[in-house]
Amino acid sequence: MSARKMALALAALLGTAATPALAQTVAITGGKVVIGDGSDPIEGGTVLVQDGKVVAAGKGIAVPAGVKTVDASGKWVTPGLVVAVTDLGLFDVDAVDDSNDGDASKSPFSAALDLSAAINPDAQHIKVSRAGGVTRAAVAPLGTGSIFGGQGAVIDLGADPQAVTAPRAFQYVDLGEAGARRAGGSRAASYVMLHNALGEAKELAASPMAARRDDVLLSRRDAQALGAVVSGKQPLYVRVERAADIRMVLGLRTEYPALRLVIVGASEGWMVAGELARAGVPVLATPLTDLPESFEQLGSTQSNVGRMKAAGVKVALGAFFDQPRYAPQYAGNLVALTRVPGASGLTWGQAFAAISSGPAEAIGMGDKFGSLRAGRAGDVVLWDGDPLELTSGVVKVYIDGIEQPLDNHQTRLRDRYNTPNQGSLPRAYDW
Amino acid sequence: MTSPRFALLTAAAMALVLTGTGAGAAKEDKKKESPAVKAARDFNKDPYPSTYKPYPGRVTVITGATVFDGTGKRIDKGVVLVRDGKVTAVAGSLADLDVPADAVRIDGTGKYVTPGIIDAHSHLGNYPSPGVEAHSDGNEMTDPTTPNVWAEHSVWPQDPGFSRAMANGGVTALMVLPGSGNLMGGRGVVLKNVPSRTVQGMKFPAAPYSLKMACGENPKRVYGSKGRAPSTRMGNFAVNRETWIKASEYRAKRAAGKLETRDLEMETLAGVLDGEILIQNHCYRADEMALVLDMAREFGYKVATFHHAVESYKIGDLLKEADTCSAIWADWWGFKMESYDGIPENAGLLYKAGACVVIHSDDAGGIQRLPQEAAKAQGDARRIGIDVPDAEVIRWLTLNPAKAIGVDKLTGSLEAGKAADLVLWNGNPLSVYSRPEKVWIDGALLFDSSDRKRRAVSDFELGQPGEGDVK
Repeated sequence: MSARKMALALAALLGTAATPALAQTVAITGGKVVIGDGSDPIEGGTVLVQDGKVVAAGKGIAVPAGVKTVDASGKWVTPGLVVAVTDLGLFDVDAVDDSNDGDASKSPFSAALDLSAAINPDAQHIKVSRAGGVTRAAVAPLGTGSIFGGQGAVIDLGADPQAVTAPRAFQYVDLGEAGARRAGGSRAASYVMLHNALGEAKELAASPMAARRDDVLLSRRDAQALGAVVSGKQPLYVRVERAADIRMVLGLRTEYPALRLVIVGASEGWMVAGELARAGVPVLATPLTDLPESFEQLGSTQSNVGRMKAAGVKVALGAFFDQPRYAPQYAGNLVALTRVPGASGLTWGQAFAAISSGPAEAIGMGDKFGSLRAGRAGDVVLWDGDPLELTSGVVKVYIDGIEQPLDNHQTRLRDRYNTPNQGSLPRAYDW
Repeated sequence: MTSPRFALLTAAAMALVLTGTGAGAAKEDKKKESPAVKAARDFNKDPYPSTYKPYPGRVTVITGATVFDGTGKRIDKGVVLVRDGKVTAVAGSLADLDVPADAVRIDGTGKYVTPGIIDAHSHLGNYPSPGVEAHSDGNEMTDPTTPNVWAEHSVWPQDPGFSRAMANGGVTALMVLPGSGNLMGGRGVVLKNVPSRTVQGMKFPAAPYSLKMACGENPKRVYGSKGRAPSTRMGNFAVNRETWIKASEYRAKRAAGKLETRDLEMETLAGVLDGEILIQNHCYRADEMALVLDMAREFGYKVATFHHAVESYKIGDLLKEADTCSAIWADWWGFKMESYDGIPENAGLLYKAGACVVIHSDDAGGIQRLPQEAAKAQGDARRIGIDVPDAEVIRWLTLNPAKAIGVDKLTGSLEAGKAADLVLWNGNPLSVYSRPEKVWIDGALLFDSSDRKRRAVSDFELGQPGEGDVK
C-alpha cells in the first residue's frame, strides 16, 4: 500500500470514527453572531446546528434539551469563509512541480479536465487554510494548452476524505492577456477559439452518437464537456480584467443566451459597473489590486469592489491566488476604504458577506453554505475577536456541524520551537 | 572589522578616510606610484550622487495623538514638533515647547503618529508596474556573481508603485535590491520615497550601499539549469568562497599599492570587507543561515540582515549573537521548498529570543500593508503567550529596518534631530481599518488624504484610465 493510500485509509477510518450523528448537532451560545448575509452582527446570539445543518441563528433561539452547548461568550461566531477560484488543494509546494497538479499544459485535453481528480484533502495548505477559518472553496483553473482551464471543483476543507462537494461545478476560460497568448497571440484568436469550441460542443450535443465532421479542432471529450456550458447546465467562469474585455464577455449572451457567466478578476470592473449590474452577472473580484500590473489593468483601484457594489453589481471577493486565509484581511481593507476621502469601500456587513455568502452565491450554492441562515451547512467559525481584524485568530471550526482539528505542520513546528532550548536530546525528539 | 555605523559617513568623507587609512605601506611608495595605481585606489566612490533636497515644509505641530516613536516607546496624547525638516521635539505636552505663531497645528486626537514606514526589501523601480518583460530589470542572471551591477541603474522612477506605497502604506524610505537569481546580485540602493525625474533625486543622502547575496534554491536552479556552477547548495558556497578569496587578495593588493586596474566587482566586495557596504542576504533555511554566518566570519564581514528568513525562529539565539536582523513576511509559506517550514509565529519567536525583527515586503502590494503584516504577526505571537506591545511592533517597521539598511542614525524614529519622516494615521496603524492621513518626508507634506492634489501621479499614469484616482 502506497503512503498516499495509507493516508487515505487512515483518514477514512478517523473520518468514520469522528462523525457520529450526534457530533453534527451543537448549539453555540453567547457569542457575537455574524449571519454572513450583510446584516449587522448580533450580540449574545445562538447558532443551532442539527444534523450538520444550521437550524437557526440569532437572538432568543431555544436550545433543545440534550444538545451539546459550546459557550462562545466574548467570541465572534461566523459562517465559514468561502474562497472562490483558488488553487488550494492542487499542490503541496507550488514551485515543486512534482507536487503541483495546477499545470496540465502538456495534456491533449483542456475543457474536459476535471480538477476534482487532483484535489488532495490531506494537503497541508488545506489544513492551514482550515485553521484560518476557510471551510469551502471553488478550485480552478488548470494551466492548459488552450483558453479553457478545465472543470472546477467546489470543495469543503473538512478533515475527511470527502473533499469534493461538487465536481465539475463550472468551466473556466481566460479571455484576457493570458488567454490570448495561449490562443495564438491575440484576443482575436481567443474569440475564434471560443466560438469554435462552443459551436462544436453544440453540434455534438445535438447528435451525440453521430460521426463528427473531420475538421473539428476539439477532442470529443473537450466538446462533450463544453456541451454543459452551452446549455447553461454548467456555469462559465471567465477571467478578464480590462473594461473592454468585460463588455465582450457580456456580449456573448447574444449568441449563446443560455450561458451562465461569472466574471473573475475584473480589475477594471468599476468602469463598466452599470453594464455588469444590468446584466446581473456575478463578479469574483481580485481585492486591492491598485497598480497597473499589466496593460489590461491600467484602471486598477482599491475602490473597484466598492464602486461595483454601489452600482448594484453582485460582487464578491475571490481570485487572489495567494493564501485563502488572507480573505478577512482583504475584506477588512475594503472597510478601511470607507474612511478614506474619495474612496469607495464596503460596510463591515457587506465586507464579511463578500467572503462568505457572496462567493457562495456567485458559485450558485448560496442555498447550501456561506451563511448561517437556516438550512445552510453547519460551517461555523469561532474567533477570538473581530474576524476582519488582523490580530484576531480562529478558535474553533465546524464543517457540516463537525468540529475540525486545527493542527498542521505549522502548529507542530511552532510548538516544537516555542519551548526553552533543547534538553539532553536534540529537538527532533520533542514531538 | 569596521562597524556598519562607519558607513554612515558621507561617501566623499568615506573615500578620504579610506584613502588615508587604506594603506600605510603604500604611503612610502607614493612618489613612484603610477597613475594607474592611483586611479585604481582613489576612484570616486559616489559617481551617481544623490541630488535629493528636502521639499519645502512648514513648522508643524501635531497634538493629542497617540505617538509610537519607533524606538518602542508610546506616548498617549503626545506632541510632535517638526521644524526645518527635522523632528524638534516629541513630548507629552505643549508646555516648554517653542511653537511659532504661524506653525501648522494639527489636532491628532484619536489619531496615531509613527515614523515613516521603511521597507528593507523592495523591487519598486527595478520590477516596476506594468510588469512587462521590458521592465524586468532586477536580476542580471548572466553570471552567478555580479557584485558589479547596481540596482539604482535599473530603477525606473516612474513606477506607479512608489506612490501607492506612500498613500496606502506610509512608506517614506525603502531599499531597492537586485533579485536573488545570483549568489551576489549586486548593490542595493536606499531611496527616499519621493517622486523624482531621476533616481539620483530619490537616493537617500549618506545612506550606505548594500550588497545583495542569495543562498539556497534560486542561484543553484538558475545556473544549474544552464549547466554551470553552482548547481547545488555546496556549489553555492564554493563559488561564494572563491569570490571572497579573490576579494581578499584584491584588497591586500590595493593596500600594498599594487593595483593597476579598476575592477567593479572587486570594488564592491572590498567595500564589504572594509565595512562600508552592508550585506543583505536572501536566505530561507536556518541551517543555511548558520553556514552563511560562518562564511562571514571566515572572510571578516558582517551580515546585516537575512531576508525572507522563514526559518529564523529556529536559530533566534544565533541571530541575536551575530547582531543580524531578520527581514521577514508575517506568514508567507509553502510556495517553494525552502519556504515549507515558515510559520506565522516567526516574528514573535525571534522577538522572544531578543533578535532583531524587520517586517519587509518584497512585493508591490505588500509594501502598501506593512503595518498589517506586523499586526498579524503580533496576533500570532500573542496566541502563544508572547506579548509584543504595539509600540514594539511599530519598531519592526521603522527603527529596525532603518538599522538593517544602515540609516538608523538619520531616520526610523521620532527623536529630536532626526529626519521628519513621519505618518499621521486615521487610527491605530496596526488595525486593518486604518490608513495614512498625512505623510511627511523631511518635514515636507507629500501625501494628504483630504487633498486630492497632494498625491503623486507618475508620468506613466497621465492620460490613462483613473489618472489621479484614489488608488
